[in-house]
Amino acid sequence: MSTPENNTDFAIEGHGDISVGVRGAGASGDGSASATRITPGNALRPEDIALEIRKGQVKPTNDVAEYALRIGDDGLILAQRLGHWISRAPELEEDVALGNIALDQLGHARSFLTYAGAAWDKSEDDLAYFRREHEFRSAHLFEQPNGDFAVTIARQFIVSYYQFELYKKLTASTDATIAAIAAKALKEVDYHRDHSAQWVLRLAGGTEESRRRIVQAFKLVWPYVEELFEDDELTERLAESGAGVQPSSLRADFDQLTGEILSEAGLDGELNLERIPQSLGGGRQGKHSEHLGYLLAEMQVLAREHPGASW
Amino acid sequence: MASQNLQSVPAELSPEELEREQAGQAYFDRIISEDSRIEPRDWMPEAYRKTLLRQISQHAHSEIIGMQPEANWITRAPSLKRKAILMAKVQDEAGHGLYLYSAAETLGQSRDKMTTDLIAGKARYSSIFNYPAISWADMGAIGWLVDGAAICNQVPLCRASYGPYGRAMVRICKEESFHQRQGFEILLELSNGTPAQKQMAQDAVNRWYAPALMMFGPPDDDSPNSKQSMAWNIKRFSNDELRSRFVGMMVEQIKVLGLTLPDKDIRFNEETKKWEHGPLDWNEFKDVLAGKGPCNAQRLERRREAHDDGAWVREAAAEYARKQAEKEYAA
Amino acid sequence: MIPNDSPTSQARPGTPVVVAPAANEPHETPWSLWEVFVRSSRGLSHVHAGSLHAPDAAMALRNARDLYTRRNEGVSIWVVPADAISSSDPDSKGSFFESPQGKDYRHATYYTKSEGVKHL
Repeated sequence: MSTPENNTDFAIEGHGDISVGVRGAGASGDGSASATRITPGNALRPEDIALEIRKGQVKPTNDVAEYALRIGDDGLILAQRLGHWISRAPELEEDVALGNIALDQLGHARSFLTYAGAAWDKSEDDLAYFRREHEFRSAHLFEQPNGDFAVTIARQFIVSYYQFELYKKLTASTDATIAAIAAKALKEVDYHRDHSAQWVLRLAGGTEESRRRIVQAFKLVWPYVEELFEDDELTERLAESGAGVQPSSLRADFDQLTGEILSEAGLDGELNLERIPQSLGGGRQGKHSEHLGYLLAEMQVLAREHPGASW
Repeated sequence: MASQNLQSVPAELSPEELEREQAGQAYFDRIISEDSRIEPRDWMPEAYRKTLLRQISQHAHSEIIGMQPEANWITRAPSLKRKAILMAKVQDEAGHGLYLYSAAETLGQSRDKMTTDLIAGKARYSSIFNYPAISWADMGAIGWLVDGAAICNQVPLCRASYGPYGRAMVRICKEESFHQRQGFEILLELSNGTPAQKQMAQDAVNRWYAPALMMFGPPDDDSPNSKQSMAWNIKRFSNDELRSRFVGMMVEQIKVLGLTLPDKDIRFNEETKKWEHGPLDWNEFKDVLAGKGPCNAQRLERRREAHDDGAWVREAAAEYARKQAEKEYAA
Repeated sequence: MIPNDSPTSQARPGTPVVVAPAANEPHETPWSLWEVFVRSSRGLSHVHAGSLHAPDAAMALRNARDLYTRRNEGVSIWVVPADAISSSDPDSKGSFFESPQGKDYRHATYYTKSEGVKHL
């Protein structure tokens, strides 16, 4: 009965790993083959960008910072929405999937906000928690409520196909930090496209109810597509310098790729997307819908109760 | 239900069946005495199967219900870094529930059935999740105390005699390495912060300390099932033994936090070489377990809502799969 | 490593295991059970990581990615419907695995006279 492992039952090693007291746990099968060997991996993190900023190695121009703020806010607001799903998803597997997507979006947001903040001597948290509603630069699509699972999927479908085209172009940005964040984000967003496309197909081709719901969902969120592809003076200047892109230049590919999935799902005819009126937008100028105020109130309440505190 | 009824009918055994039962019991006893592992297709005593099924499904339910008090704070986390950490942690808990449901499924009960039982109030889960998480510091206290206690319980379970349970626990323990640490660091940060933050931290420790100690289960002399579980190598240490070890660890760690434990009676007993703690309110424990906790109804309702709201999605995906298979068959 | 812990394979002869709920309980078509195998790095074999539920193979792969490789555990995943796995009968484990016992001449260590001879 007394095995050598008895002694290590509570061993918690210095680096925070817990010894599970099982010989060969995590190293079963041949040699070092294992299904539980875990590593932190190696990728650009917001902390790395913050460090480069502190060392004075990188600093965005004011234009680039404004641009990073837009993209970062998109990710932040979406992550805030998606985070609400965890513990409420249709199945445990989907809790985990939506959690992964939310974490990806939050990661991108933190990187872009950290970088943007360097122009004004502000941290990611200063920007996230201490700006007011009209100072946020996210597009309206991102603040749309989760609705039912179909609405979340429809929103996610548009977002991920848009972000994929955006990040693909930005990997060639003349601003090295923007290019690096985009390169990391691109791969993650590619998976988000796949996840949402799979669900669009299933909801459209599943039951009568699911089809009715996904059609209704697209009608609810499609009005916010146009805004994503609107150019303005800032994007014009950045496209010229090569640091950013004109959103309108992403539209053709977006239309083609989303069109393919919607047609495979047999939704294109029924949705008649061209005839869905497009909302005026204004998010990039700080003009938001009624939804953002509530979202920010919840997100910022605790940080604002303790200004200057560290967490 | 159905599976249990069918399995628990010893009724009239034919001589061959009786022989097989006896051979099975002998084989099972040998595996247990060698401290080896029972696998799903092995013969096992019905009581062993039932005990495991109850324990593993309760454990799974605890992970799933345990997501709620923390998920409530994802949208309010006071920094983006903390938001990411909390999200990853709550997400892990969904995964852990899932691993455990899978282990329980190997004993012949579907996840759907277990979920239905939970929602119907027929299944138990760790009563601590029926307390509300009312401040940000609770995220720290839950990570440090609740996950800390859970880890003490779980590490020995990695060697549980039932293979699938042990394997699930190995994965869970590895993933949970960060859960307790992030909780500790939340409290440490608060304790070193403003007076209001420090007060928040102390208040959270005060509220979660006793419920965390009670997570180890009733005292040994009031825990009738423990003995059998230990004989079967499911449990490796008694409730009181684990609780005492846990108290010993907390006593040291609270010093680093610069906070205090709400227990004046903590002492190291030189004779028994064990840590002792003050009296715990076991009546409250039983009340909360029986459904009288501040959040019992709320937690179950939230779980029911998610399950019901998701029904049309699960059906749609199943129906789509059926249609695709049909198409492939026709082609 | 053959995953013999899939519920579908756990039934013993003569012991019917009914997973479907009884008639009076709420019932929906559940997603089927899949076994997941993960290759931790190139050159190694896929190892059983655990199980999950999914409506079809495409979603099973994606769920496996989300669930079992959140911490860089793998570079490749297999998913197999749990009921597609056949496993050896635990009741006959004695005879099924008896043959190799005692055939030590299959192992290099059996040949002691050549010990010490280089490159052999």
